[in-house]
Amino acid sequence: MQRSLTIDPEKCTGCLQCEMACSFENEGNFNPSKSRIKVFTFHEEGRFVPYTCTQCDEAWCMQACPVDAIKMNFTTGAMEVNEQTCVGCKVCTIACPFGTVNYNVDTGKVVKCDLCGGDPACATACPTQAITYVDASATGLDKMRVWASKTDNAQATT
Amino acid sequence: MKHLIIGAGPAGVVAAETLRKLDKNASITILGDEPEPPYSRMAIPYLLIDNIDEQGTYLRKDQDYFKTQSIDVVVGRAESLDPVNKTVKVAGGDALPYDKVLVATGSRPIKPPVPGIDHEKVTSCWTLEDARKITSGIQQGAPVVLIGAGFIGCIILEALVSAGADLTVVEMGNRMVPRMLDEKCGSLLETWCQNKGVNVMTSTTVTAIEPSGDRVLVKTSDGAEVEAELVISAAGVKPNADFLEGSGVKLIDGGIEIDEFMQSSVDGVYAAGDVAYGRDFSTGEFGIQAIQPTAVDHARLAANNMHKHGSIRHRGSVLMNVLDTMGLISASYGQWEGVEGGDSAELLDENNFRYIQLQFDQDRLVGANTLGLTQHVGVLRGLIQGKFHLGHWKQKLMDNPLLLMEAYLAATQAS
Repeated sequence: MQRSLTIDPEKCTGCLQCEMACSFENEGNFNPSKSRIKVFTFHEEGRFVPYTCTQCDEAWCMQACPVDAIKMNFTTGAMEVNEQTCVGCKVCTIACPFGTVNYNVDTGKVVKCDLCGGDPACATACPTQAITYVDASATGLDKMRVWASKTDNAQATT
Repeated sequence: MKHLIIGAGPAGVVAAETLRKLDKNASITILGDEPEPPYSRMAIPYLLIDNIDEQGTYLRKDQDYFKTQSIDVVVGRAESLDPVNKTVKVAGGDALPYDKVLVATGSRPIKPPVPGIDHEKVTSCWTLEDARKITSGIQQGAPVVLIGAGFIGCIILEALVSAGADLTVVEMGNRMVPRMLDEKCGSLLETWCQNKGVNVMTSTTVTAIEPSGDRVLVKTSDGAEVEAELVISAAGVKPNADFLEGSGVKLIDGGIEIDEFMQSSVDGVYAAGDVAYGRDFSTGEFGIQAIQPTAVDHARLAANNMHKHGSIRHRGSVLMNVLDTMGLISASYGQWEGVEGGDSAELLDENNFRYIQLQFDQDRLVGANTLGLTQHVGVLRGLIQGKFHLGHWKQKLMDNPLLLMEAYLAATQAS
């Protein structure tokens, strides 16, 4: 059963443990600026919104890559960056309309969420279940998916 | 069904793959005029700087890939197209038959009209062969002149400098990358390069290239004379459509006029990528974008319509570019020059080479330039292409253009 990250901003307290866990899992240190999941703060509303790649079907990053460095992991459904192949051209970072592929100046490669190979550290670390890793068919990603279709530059005529 | 694709760049390869997904039995042939397997010109800067080898530039890495997809890759240059007999004549070879043909021949470097431009010390930077010539032509301390500080010129600066070149850049425009970056952005980039020891001459043209012993002497419009071991000409590109002369395929500004189904003025002849005069998302107007994401968009759409004409309509591609010039990253989107009557917002940190400007049409984002921004840049595309009415978030962005992600989340996740 394929699973995906589900984010419920209503439950987020802004504790940033997801960012810490992501950074530690992927970079080996606690550096939220290197995290692939980000919590955005809306001070006036007292609202926190954790945000990362939805592994969208359109996969603009994968389509835009000129050297075939982004591929789908068929087990997890995640689009993964092959660091050996990535040349660091950054075309994927501008092609992703969600802004969830970023360039890492230190490595000269791009980074994005890869669902930690099927055991996302952010979901494990989240104390309030604002981030969960559940059956893909039951998630609330629909809003973003619907929006994703708006970004498509093609229009089916039938 | 016999599909012929002329051009082995990203547009050609993506079109072939898309056609294969749509039709398991179709005959699919890619005709390319370079001897290497299909490769990406986008990767050449990283080859020049030695981060990858030539294989690293290949569009698909598995050497049997095209064979396993039953896609024939043929080396040869298209000489002419005969839409009556539905054939494409290959130089020094046969006429290849087709039912549907895609012209994805890309573009080629413009040769500036300068006396001496054909000297053997002058090269373009476009093909793998050019890359080899550049790599072998630069020794430590060698004086090198780069004509043009456009996208290609800027993206190879770091490779040239790290190879030891003593570099002079001559740019006709009043700033670096004038077709992608606004005045502030381009000027900051110039300062950045000067600080790194590159001699940048803007508002200057090369007037002559003359032999001078083992080197050449490059003369400029402001009277300067610069000796060079190697001259790299990166003065822009133009569509590769000359071979269509006499075919009846209509050209505009040298590119192929296409309709919303990616078909040219001739039935069964489609175009994609740098050679296609396609629709721009922001303006709705047609023109040549010559960028990687657009080439791939075009290819996917053209392939669908080659398979079943009329199946998918092209609504236009968003103009977008990202450029790394000696470590300073710039990006541009959509109508970055602004629109009539529209507001703009900007934030500048000159000392740290950081800059962002946003362009609005009423309360929608329509364009942007950024310098030194590497996080969440893509959301600019999301905001532009989603055509979101930003409401009160427009004012927040006017006050602080860096609140892009917040504005985007507010627009998309509002309950």
